[in-house]
Amino acid sequence: MTNITAIFKKEFRSYFNSPIAYIFITFFLGISSWLFFRGFFIQNQAEMRSFFGLMPWIFLFFIPAVTMKLWAEEKKIGTVEILMTLPIRDAEVVLGKFLASFALLAVTVLLSLVLTFSVIYLGDPDGGTLIAGYIGLLLMGAAYLAIGLFASTLTENQIVAFILGISTCFVLLIIGEDFVLFNTPNWLFPIFSYLGLGAHYSSILRGVLDSRDIIYYLSVIGFFLYLSTLAVESRKWR
Amino acid sequence: MIEVRELTKSYGPTVAVNKVSFDAHAGEVLGFLGPNGAGKTTTMRILTCYLSADAGSATVAGYNIFEESIEVRKRIGYLPESAPLYTDMGVIEYLNFMTQVRHLPRSERKERIRAVIDICGLEDVIQKDIGELSKGYRQRLGLAQSLIHDPPILILDEPTSGLDPSQIIEIRNLIRDIGQEKLVLFSTHILSEVSATCSRILIINNGEIVANGSPEELASQAKGEDIVHIAIRGSQEAIEAELNALEFVSQWTHVETTDDIVTYQINAAQDSDAAEALFHVVVKNGWSLTELRQESVDLEDVFLNLTDKEQT
Repeated sequence: MTNITAIFKKEFRSYFNSPIAYIFITFFLGISSWLFFRGFFIQNQAEMRSFFGLMPWIFLFFIPAVTMKLWAEEKKIGTVEILMTLPIRDAEVVLGKFLASFALLAVTVLLSLVLTFSVIYLGDPDGGTLIAGYIGLLLMGAAYLAIGLFASTLTENQIVAFILGISTCFVLLIIGEDFVLFNTPNWLFPIFSYLGLGAHYSSILRGVLDSRDIIYYLSVIGFFLYLSTLAVESRKWR
Repeated sequence: MIEVRELTKSYGPTVAVNKVSFDAHAGEVLGFLGPNGAGKTTTMRILTCYLSADAGSATVAGYNIFEESIEVRKRIGYLPESAPLYTDMGVIEYLNFMTQVRHLPRSERKERIRAVIDICGLEDVIQKDIGELSKGYRQRLGLAQSLIHDPPILILDEPTSGLDPSQIIEIRNLIRDIGQEKLVLFSTHILSEVSATCSRILIINNGEIVANGSPEELASQAKGEDIVHIAIRGSQEAIEAELNALEFVSQWTHVETTDDIVTYQINAAQDSDAAEALFHVVVKNGWSLTELRQESVDLEDVFLNLTDKEQT
């Protein structure tokens, strides 16, 4: 546990030592508020649905940018050699890094509550949907982070990690969409509709916190963190 | 403390380390010498549990490096080649991170950070970010990092590369000091470095250990013969007759004759005190000696000899 904490602190601080965290938070909040308020006053309804609806697409570009450096940079400058010869298990490093990126996401999401408060000030949105929306946001963001982290373990080039992360998230996001499912062979239909990142998110957004959706996200996170650990260990494969 | 048996590792078709075996004990400074790409770094990476080997085994401080890797890593301080560090961290912040991941008790952390700063001469840069440090200071910080948990075994990959001459001497002295009670294993391709620092040398070439011994042992192993340069004022015929008669002279070559001074290069059996014997011969015959010089074969010859042989 001390190991995970140490790695977590190092990575989290490193986000704020570099411009990454500030740029991420500023642009994320700027772009999402702009896109949200542009439609908000036209609709003239005090609800956040359009905000939450945008998030899978905004996250698609923002989250791989947060995770791309986590392994790629260590490999590029060689610090991974010191890191992996410390008395720490590979899985602990993976977990520490994941939690640090999740903490940055959580801080950002927390700051986006300003939007919510202004909506509450302007009208009377449904509290249950809001809470469910935020839980869904964090779960989906965490799943994206795990995917991005895995992409970063595969390369020492941050751009490659970024694009790989976006593509993987994109594919997982769209396979559950109706447009794709219409053209899917019947036998693949249930698999695709289950695996789609977006479908589970929409069902949470409706205000129903179904344990199946939560289990789905937790398994996606667990699966990609496991793959990351394997990828990190692969240097030792015989 | 380190026992390596038949360690083998290949990258695809290239064999980087081929059946390397050696032992090393506390109180030794072991120099890994070899041309670039000889397998020094790979061997070190395997010992520090960064990479795995294809075959063979190794124990460090009694722990198997493949099965008890965490225990092994606790006991090793490692400085990889070119001292990779987190450039966005501060010097103290970095050392503090290291004390955490090395599980130093909270009460000792400050004290250890202080100690390695003193040992490695980092006093002047403690306020800086690692990104601002010069190559020399980065190298020292890398060394400080490897010493922070006071490990019994120190593995350093080219610790003096990129340093200026006075820094090199400092680091060498440091290595020698540490080597008094601990085991230091370091790699280099600079010859003078090993003879100045090491108690034992391992020469690696093409992934194989081609020599293992103290600097003096290696030098004498390789020479086999002493070479004596001698210039004598006397009759050439008489001198050559004497030379042919001498038992310890295996071969002689006439170099030149100027006026009546004759110069020879003589190959003599090892440890035959050839120079002294030749002096007596000259005195006995009433010639006069104008030059007498015994050449020693140094490490450089050993190195070139061993590494060239393998390549051809």
